[in-house]
Order: sequence, then structure tokens, then C-alpha cells
Amino acid sequence: MKLFGRKEKSTGEILAGGENAIANKEVEGLSQGQIVRRRFFHHRAAVMALVSFASIIVFVMTSLDVKMGPIRIPGWWKWTVEDIPELRFEDCPGGTTGCPTLSVDPTSDAFGMGTHPFGQDDIGRDYFALVMNGARRSLMIMFIIGAVSGFIGVVVGSISGFYGKRIDSILMRLVDFIQTVPGIIIAAVIGKAAGKVGPLYLALFLGVLGWTGLARLVRAQFLSLREMEFVDAARVAGASNLRITFKHILPNAVGQIIVVITLIMAGAILTETALSYLGFGVVAPDVSLGLLISQYESSFTTRPWLFWWPGFFIISIALCVNFIGDGLRDAFDPRQRRRITKRDRLQAKLQNKAGE
Amino acid sequence: MAEKNVLEVSDFNVDFWVDGVWYPAVIDMNLGLAAGKVTAIVGESGSGKSTTALGLMSLLASNARMSGSVTVKGEEMLNAKATVLRQFRGKEVAYIFQEPMTALNPLFTIGYQIVETLRNHFDMGPKEAQARALELITMVDIPDPEVSINKYPHQLSGGQRQRAMIAQALACDPALLVADEPTTALDVTVQAEILDLMRGLKDKLNSAILLITHDMGVVADMADEILVMKDGITVEKGTADQIFNKPQHPYTQQLLGAVPMLGSTKKRELPYTESAKPAPVLKLTDVTIEYPKRGRQPAFTAVKNFSLEIYPGEIVGLVGESGSGKTTVGRASIGLLPVKEGSIQVVGNEIAGADQKQLFAIRRNTGIVFQDPASSLNPRLPIGESIGEPLLLAKIFKGADLAHKVEELLDQVELPRSYRNRYPHELSGGQRQRVGIARALALTPDLLIADEPTSALDVSVQARFLDLLQELQGKLKFACLFISHDLAVVDILCHRIAVMQNGVLVEVGDRDQILKNPKNDYTKRLISAVPVPDPAEQRIRREARLALKK
Repeated sequence: MKLFGRKEKSTGEILAGGENAIANKEVEGLSQGQIVRRRFFHHRAAVMALVSFASIIVFVMTSLDVKMGPIRIPGWWKWTVEDIPELRFEDCPGGTTGCPTLSVDPTSDAFGMGTHPFGQDDIGRDYFALVMNGARRSLMIMFIIGAVSGFIGVVVGSISGFYGKRIDSILMRLVDFIQTVPGIIIAAVIGKAAGKVGPLYLALFLGVLGWTGLARLVRAQFLSLREMEFVDAARVAGASNLRITFKHILPNAVGQIIVVITLIMAGAILTETALSYLGFGVVAPDVSLGLLISQYESSFTTRPWLFWWPGFFIISIALCVNFIGDGLRDAFDPRQRRRITKRDRLQAKLQNKAGE
Repeated sequence: MAEKNVLEVSDFNVDFWVDGVWYPAVIDMNLGLAAGKVTAIVGESGSGKSTTALGLMSLLASNARMSGSVTVKGEEMLNAKATVLRQFRGKEVAYIFQEPMTALNPLFTIGYQIVETLRNHFDMGPKEAQARALELITMVDIPDPEVSINKYPHQLSGGQRQRAMIAQALACDPALLVADEPTTALDVTVQAEILDLMRGLKDKLNSAILLITHDMGVVADMADEILVMKDGITVEKGTADQIFNKPQHPYTQQLLGAVPMLGSTKKRELPYTESAKPAPVLKLTDVTIEYPKRGRQPAFTAVKNFSLEIYPGEIVGLVGESGSGKTTVGRASIGLLPVKEGSIQVVGNEIAGADQKQLFAIRRNTGIVFQDPASSLNPRLPIGESIGEPLLLAKIFKGADLAHKVEELLDQVELPRSYRNRYPHELSGGQRQRVGIARALALTPDLLIADEPTSALDVSVQARFLDLLQELQGKLKFACLFISHDLAVVDILCHRIAVMQNGVLVEVGDRDQILKNPKNDYTKRLISAVPVPDPAEQRIRREARLALKK
């Protein structure tokens, strides 16, 4: 309660002189959601990451066929994972086979995608198709982990923080227990079994392990929001526990929740990669980015492109999601204010002069 | 004249850089302060008084720019090098912050923190510094100096912490003491003691004091000269006598007019006669409220054997210092806290031991206005929804009727109807408290509990808020339990006053009887400690209080 009262006044007062009043002025007529959106779109790195991430998803999802039961949407790429075209020999360095045909040098004749832009694997399968397929799996796993751990984390954290006391102790001991279990080893063991049942179950399982941090955070948010006077006011107005949770507390915690979920997702893609690399995650004939790397590990020196492309996608996806998460955190956290750069000062000076 | 002044400020400007534009926070300030004098900067929040104080010390955030000249003992402070500033800070200029709990480092003993200041500025051995620290702590009247010197900030009370901070500030005999709202976080009796202390030390050490405050009573008690600020501009400057008795600028007049003054309102008739009392709206009988033990902390009895009755149509003020249990009484009266012993009856219904359903029924007859306008409204809900929530949940109104009723309520608290789609952060503190009232009155309750609704508001906003509350009460005739630490506010509003100390009701009676003729010693002390915004009268009161102490 005191958070917004006297305690902050030492700094609050300073700001009241200049910034708060001004900040209030500029947000006039905007809802909180609009302010957050505006702040997010002012975050250059985050917006770039969002655009890149969206294009990666579109690119990956449209390149190959999408099969959903009887419906089949054809992709725009000419090869599929099953096709085994002939291995290409010409123009490859040092007597290797299946080198990439992608050329970004606009002066050369080969400029463009070519027949196998990412090259071919040992037996001639198109590597572009393989990487796209792997990226799809990895993205799917990432979203499932985010959704599952997000859901469990929010539910457990809310219950724990809202009811407190005994329920809180029990749930938090459960969180402690899950956190002490070495996740990677359990994941490896289950992953081995999951290899037989498919990547969907692997993702579900990783989601079931990954919610603990979020639950703690949601609990902490609930504990502090529960003490706010507007919650008491709602209670006096006759609101039920459910209404207080969904109408009054959760919307105020949603910023933090979204941020943590994005960061969980960024971590998830790396976990999946690590597990697949170790051979416990996605197993052949299924493809994922981590698995591709591990499969062609031995050809790193001779045919490095088999390494580059999955690596490139892993890094771009993880980076994008991380940056988006960062941007969201900055947008939701009012304490994050923009620093004044030298350029800003210069601009102000010029404006002052122009004003005179 | 100029070289005699300890602090000389001329054409001082501060601007803040926000999103591409410089916003002025202090405009063309001029100020001279001589040794042994007190100059007070007064103004409402946002007027730039704290910005000035921090600017003088070059402690502002990096998005501030300052211009003009600030000299301390003839030495330029503004935009000086960090090494120069470091020598001045602490040694020549000391700062007393508003909140001693956050301004003292919780990880070190107060003795250590004073020693640190001393050894930073003087070539001093640890033993010597320790001895000096002990001397300082004795000087600021902290009890048991030998023991207290080794105490951590959390082991001291609020008043003692503030004393420790003053001791630290005085460590190097500074020529200038900047006190930024030094007593705002303290209770009146403690405030009076701290002000006495500061006055005594000023005379003893011949320091100049720059006092920043919004409390006109404190100003009247301390200041020789006064600077009135509004929106960064110095609107009026003069001696205390001039400002209080012959204010020139309309803003100063308005500000002084808004300050509630103890004992200035006329007699108010009770809405009932002693012989024919109606049934009480709120009846507390021997109520004991306990905060249950948590972990190793033992159970704490916040309120003990508390009995009070409130009759229809009257406003009862509940006053006491922080920690006296007055808020606890208010929250228990609306069923937000469990009652351990005794009974609380609201319009004849028992709250103690009531289940959710019964509480729901009882709460339809009650409303509560909370203390903190920043946290009492859900930041994610437009205020129209906040106001309409009790109506919606009581299933009285729906759809268009609800919207209509919300508009009516907004009219009642004198807010534009278009505000129903606004969010709390777009409203000022005073407007938010109006929304709080509208919400509390949505169900036209018989009982309104107001828990320090004005403590976070500026005086002029407070004055408007109190007018509104009085007007509404006159119209709707609800009974009201008005909880406050400010006797002057209670004086304006209430028919009867109840005084609490340490969870016990020490005195209850008519407003005039309590304020003019208190029987209980604690009540007497409490009333005598309230500073009055009139320098001459305050001097008389101060002497009377000191005599009372002896």
C-alpha cells in the first residue's frame, strides 16, 4: 500500500516537479494498453525483432506443405523432405558435394537462390527443405512450451498468492521440489522415451517442467496486488474471489506474465536444441534444428553449411524472442525511462534557438 | 549584505528533458539566506520546491539542466566539478530527507553512518570520530546515546531516526542545512519535538536552514522568511509576518485560506438530542482486534476494548497518531478484518463472525473511502466501471440504467460525465478521491467510513474535498466515521471526536469539548502539538506547550 504513498515521495516529489506532471499530460486520453503499445513501438530493437520474427514464421510456414488432416496446403518450395534429387558436384570447394547455390553477390551470374540454396545433405536431400521442416518443429515446440508453462505457472501462482497460508506453503514446496530436480537429466530420460512418441509430447513435458519461475513471479505479484486498496474496495463492493482475481488482479499482473513467458519461450528453443543435440530430444526421422546440427556435426570442417543454416535459424529465433521480451518489459515497466542522449540535447538546443 | 549570506541563489532555473522537450520546473529563483536564519519554501506538490532543494545540491537526475548561480559561502556550486561538490556536500551543506527510513542505510548502525560522514571530511581517527558521533547523538536527544549509537535504523522509532539523520547532517557543523519536508512523515507530537530540536540547534550552531514544506503550521513555527512557489515560479517572497498577515499575491491568499485552522469553525449542532437518541448506525462494543501471529512474530493486539456509537446523520472523527489502531477500527467496521472479541453492529446487523453472505448484505449499507488515491482505484479499469461495480454486483442496475446512475454519481461529486471513460492515472489525486467517494456512495449507504481520505492531498485540494464531503453529507444524511491524524481537518468536519492511543480509546466527546477543554493528558498533548498557521499565535502556543512539558 505504502508503495505509492510516502515511500516513493523522496523521488516522487522530485519528479512531481517536472516529470510526473508532464508524463501525465502526455498520456491524457490513453488507456494503459495504448501506452504500453506506444512505448513498445518506440523500442527500435524490439520492433525490428518483432518484424523479423513474424517474417521468419511466415517464411518457414509457407515454404513447405502444410498438412492438417485431409486438408493440404501446398508450399511454394519445389523440394520436400522426402525428395532425393541428384547430388551436385560442380563449383563446390575442395571436392565436396551438395554445396549451397545461394549467392548474394549481385555481380555474379549465379546471383539468386539456385536449385539448392542451402545445399544438400549426404544423400542429396534438399537442405533448405530440411531446415524449414526443422525450424517448424522447433517453433512448434517453443510455442507449446510457452503455452503449457505459462498456463500452469499462472494458475499455480495465482492460487498460491491469492489464498496464501497453507495452500501457498504446499504449492511453493512443490515448486521448490520441481526446481531442485535437475531438469536436463529428467528431460533426457523422458526425452528418450518421448523419442518414440513424438516431439509433441516432448514439448508438453518440457512445459510441465518449466513453469516454476513464472509461478513464483505471479505469486509475488498477487501478494503485493492483494494488499492494494482497490482490491479491498472491490471486496467491499461485494466482488467474489473469482471476480477479484480475473478483473482486478490478473490484468494488473499481465505485463510481467507476458514478459516472463516470452523469455521462457526463448529458453525453450535452446533447451530443445540442446536435448536434440544430445540425442534425447527430437529423434530421426523427425527433424528439428538441434537434431540437424547434431547429425552433421562431423561434417563441420568439410561442409560447414550443414552447420550454418540450422544455427542461423536457432540464433535468429532466440534473439528475436529475447528482444521482443525485452521490449515488452521496458514497455510495461514504468520505471524504465528513456535516457537523454547527446543528440536529444542538441535537438533541444536547436529548438530553443528556433523558438527565439 | 551579499557576502554575509551563506546561500545566495540568483536566476536559478531548472528544466527537465521529457520526450523531446524541455519542461521548466524552477523558473528564475532568487534567494539569499543569512547564517542563523530560516527561510521556508512553501508550495503544493509539483510546485518545484523539492526540485529546488535537490538542484542546490546538484543531486538532480541526469535529465535535468540547471542555469543561473548558486553560491555557498561565496563559492559557486552550480555545475561545479565533482570533487568540489564532494567537499561541500555534508561539510558546508547538509541535507535532511523526508523519509529517514529510506535515507539511512539499513545495513549500518547510525553511529557508523555518522562516523563515516565525519571521517570523509576531517582527518580524524576512528576513536575520535566515535566520540564526536556520541556527542552528536547526545545533542539530538536520542535516549541512551551509548546504546543507541550501535543501533540499526530499524531499531529506532520514526522520530529517533529523523533525529539520527539530523545528527548525521550536523556532523560537520554545516553552514547551511537543507531540510526537505523533515517532519511530513512524523506524528504531530514527534513533529513538534523535531522542530524544537532544529530550532535549538540553529541557535546553538548558527547554521542557516532552508526549509522545504507544504505545512503552513510548520512554516509559521520555524520560518523567518518565506518563499511561496507555484508551478516553478516564486509568486511571493517576504518575512513570515508579511506573508501570513498581509499576503499580496492572490495565490498566497488562496493557499492560506485553504489551510484548515484549529478552532476557527463555528459551533455545530448534533443532528439529534441527548434525550432522544435514535438507534445507532454503527455500534462497537468492547471490540478487540488482533493481528494473528506470523511465523516468529507474536500476535499483536491492535485495538483493545473499544466501544463507540455513531448515530444517524453525524460525523464522528477518530483521531490518533500512527499505529494507534484507528485504521484497524475502520476496516473492522466494514468487515475487512476479523474481530477477536466484542461486537460490531452496523444498522443492527452483527459483523463479528458473519459469513460471506451476511457480510455482503451488511456492506450494502456501508461505503468506504480509502487513504491512498494512487492505489484505491484499479489502474486497468475506467473509472466509470470502478464506480459502477458496487451497483453491478448488488444487481440493482444493469446496462443503460447503470450508465445513467454512474453519470449521476459523477455529477454528485462534481466531476464531468465524460470522465467515466478515463483511467485513474489520467486523474489528479483530488479527482481520484472524488471517484472514491462516488464509489462509496453508489449504494446510498447509511454509514460511510473515510480512512484518512485527505492525507495525500494538497491543502487547496483538501479544502475542496472537505467542502464536497460536507455538502454530500448534508444532502444524503449518512453517518460517517472520519479517520484522520489531522485535528484541524477533524475540527472542520466532525460533530464528535474520539481520540485513540495505542489501541485504546482515551477520550470521546463533543468537538468543542475535546478541542477546547480536553480532559485526558494525551489529548491535551496532542492538541497542543498541532502547529497553527499564524506565527504570532504559534509562538504563544509553543511557549505554552514547553511550559506544559516542564
